[in-house]
Amino acid sequence: MLNKYPWSLYLLFLIVWVVLYSNLVAFADFIVSLLPVEPESHLGEALAFFIYDAPKVLLLLSAVVFVMGIINTWFTPERTRALLAGRTLGLANILAASLGVVTPFCSCSAVPLFIGFVQAGVPLGVTFSFLIAAPMVNEIALTLLFGLFGWKIALLYLGLCLMVSIFGGLVLGRLKLEKYLEPWVQEIPTKRLSFESEKSSLSQRLEAGSLAVKDVVGKVWVYIVLGIGVGAIIHGYVPENFMASFMGKDAWWSVPFAVIIGIPMYSSAAGIIPVVQALLAKGAALGTALAFMMSVVALSLPEMIILRKVLTVRLISIFISIVATGILLVGLVFNLVL
Amino acid sequence: MIKVKVLGGGCTNCKVTYKLIEDVAHEKGTEVELVKVEDIQEIMAYDVMSTPGVVIDETVVHRGGVPSRKQIEEWLTTN
Repeated sequence: MLNKYPWSLYLLFLIVWVVLYSNLVAFADFIVSLLPVEPESHLGEALAFFIYDAPKVLLLLSAVVFVMGIINTWFTPERTRALLAGRTLGLANILAASLGVVTPFCSCSAVPLFIGFVQAGVPLGVTFSFLIAAPMVNEIALTLLFGLFGWKIALLYLGLCLMVSIFGGLVLGRLKLEKYLEPWVQEIPTKRLSFESEKSSLSQRLEAGSLAVKDVVGKVWVYIVLGIGVGAIIHGYVPENFMASFMGKDAWWSVPFAVIIGIPMYSSAAGIIPVVQALLAKGAALGTALAFMMSVVALSLPEMIILRKVLTVRLISIFISIVATGILLVGLVFNLVL
Repeated sequence: MIKVKVLGGGCTNCKVTYKLIEDVAHEKGTEVELVKVEDIQEIMAYDVMSTPGVVIDETVVHRGGVPSRKQIEEWLTTN
């Protein structure tokens, strides 16, 4: 069975998608008008927000995950490693951070990936650039930002995350922290690994895209709907400018506070972004909200526990401090400039 | 007897993969020796960077993500 999904099916999906997406407002208005609630009431506002945003984000997400699923077929971790092996700090950090965006990554694979990079002679600082960027910038985060805030903020988030990854990796590399790797990791001999790229046909790549949609959207839709639900409640019930007093621009201390709370918290971008949107709508400053989100997504307790297998506590602490400082600076500068 | 190893440090996808291979082997009546490899150093010996990895008779056939039922059926039929 060569062609599991025929071309006509992809075309059909595309048409259905475009029709649905371009009629979202009409659809949401229609549904809300059917409901026995006052549109101006708290409940009415919360429902309208939810009924418009939930399908919009899910549609966008399906499209983006499909495209990323296809792009991912070109960037296996093995190819990424081959591209990074034997390079020195500097440009390689930019490359590593960018590859972190397009290489499929799951934090459960962080350890084998880390060892795989070390084994191939990828410098530690370059590996860190990759490891910071990979979880922080992903298609789910970017889609949600685009869907809920527009492309400017999505691009801004992408740019800032890349900066934190590149400079974080550079600083970590300069500090010469190899001695703080777990001893067994230090003893791993570097070897030249051969790399053969597997050729995939176009239909295989398309199939990979479809599988990604089934897999990713199937897994995260619940969190997205829940997140938008919480966002909707905040939207409808929390008074305007409620957040301004303690997450507003003038409260400079709110940025470090947001970053610190965000570190141990773990949520995928899917769950946190709709909440962030609602916070913003109620007067939280953009820099504070983005810093909070970056901290929640990039640094998390479960990932640190996984990385503990290869990094000593000391190295993990340095890693967290540097990334947190980067995020903090981004948040502060953002609030200052905007 | 086909020797199958599932590489991966106990993540959900690794467990799902293990179970799926078990099921397919059972359905097809193929005799397999199914082993779970959780030790990171042993996993790295196969140079697998994204888990779960699947090794059939000491050859890595799969890296990253849960393999499809169709793929597993193919692995268990060859030889």
